[in-house]
Amino acid sequence: MHEMGIAQELVRIALDALPRDLKDPKVASLNLRIGKLSSVVPHSLTFCFEIITKDTPLEQARLDIETVPVVIRCDTCGRQWEAETPVFRCPDCENGQVRMISGREIDIDSLTLME
Amino acid sequence: MEIKIRKNILEKNLTEADKNRNFFRGKNVFVLNMMSSPGSGKTQTLCRTLAQLMPDIQVGVIVGDICTTNDADRLAKTGAKVTQINTDQFGGDCHLTAPMIDTAARKLGCDDLDLLIVENIGNLVCPAEFDIGENARVVVLSVTEGEDKPVKYPLMFQVSDAAILNKVDLLPYLEFDAALAVENMKTVHPGMPVFELSAKTGQGFEPWLEWLRQQL
Repeated sequence: MHEMGIAQELVRIALDALPRDLKDPKVASLNLRIGKLSSVVPHSLTFCFEIITKDTPLEQARLDIETVPVVIRCDTCGRQWEAETPVFRCPDCENGQVRMISGREIDIDSLTLME
Repeated sequence: MEIKIRKNILEKNLTEADKNRNFFRGKNVFVLNMMSSPGSGKTQTLCRTLAQLMPDIQVGVIVGDICTTNDADRLAKTGAKVTQINTDQFGGDCHLTAPMIDTAARKLGCDDLDLLIVENIGNLVCPAEFDIGENARVVVLSVTEGEDKPVKYPLMFQVSDAAILNKVDLLPYLEFDAALAVENMKTVHPGMPVFELSAKTGQGFEPWLEWLRQQL
């Protein structure tokens, strides 16, 4: 529901990263890492991105989105596992203190310029 | 050619949230972010909470809504300092952001406050994603919703420090399985305290108030 705001921030960061001395830069792709538990819907983000990048160096850019799995670690017994469902209870010790290692990313890793 | 960036896309909000946290720490104010779906009873819970905490604890409230000042009007009757954020008169943002809280907190004035409660916009999705510079988060679920809401909206329950199960006075009239709802919350967030209460009758309210007092 907030993908437009995220698309706007993404565009700001990407334009800011373009080398100043490049004449008429064209971006081929933005490489993103989106965690499975983050509340970002990739096709909705792509839709918003396409709307707001008309007539910019990002107009033809593709969003390459890598989905990052939810990885949880139990600090009590040390077990680490990838969660397929939203179950954060340690399968070994049940009551362990758990924390999320990955799965909440909303990151831009890099951008690729057109040749 | 590839250009490395390696940034969180929400970094601007995170930076502003950290600034808010420093501002509130300087004022010695504890900030609680209260979140839920629309109609779970956040405002009613707050009205009773304020009535019980004040005047020993000075509380201020920032209320977020898309439209109207109805909630702020209700809360102002408790005597607490209240300010309203409207994201848009015709359907705006679905969550509050750190810069909105900065503006509202300065408008409200925090010098004489011990506790600032932010009543976020009713929505179980987006507010979970946006740090506003709070010290703790509480999510409210009511027994007129589904028992499976915690597993349908896991991020919200995972990022919250405590949960309230509200409207328990209605349980005799519903087919709601309260034990299952609590179990689902603990599946998503093991060890999270859950307070089963009724903001209308006051049933079960004391453990919640005790938890809140301990946070300060």
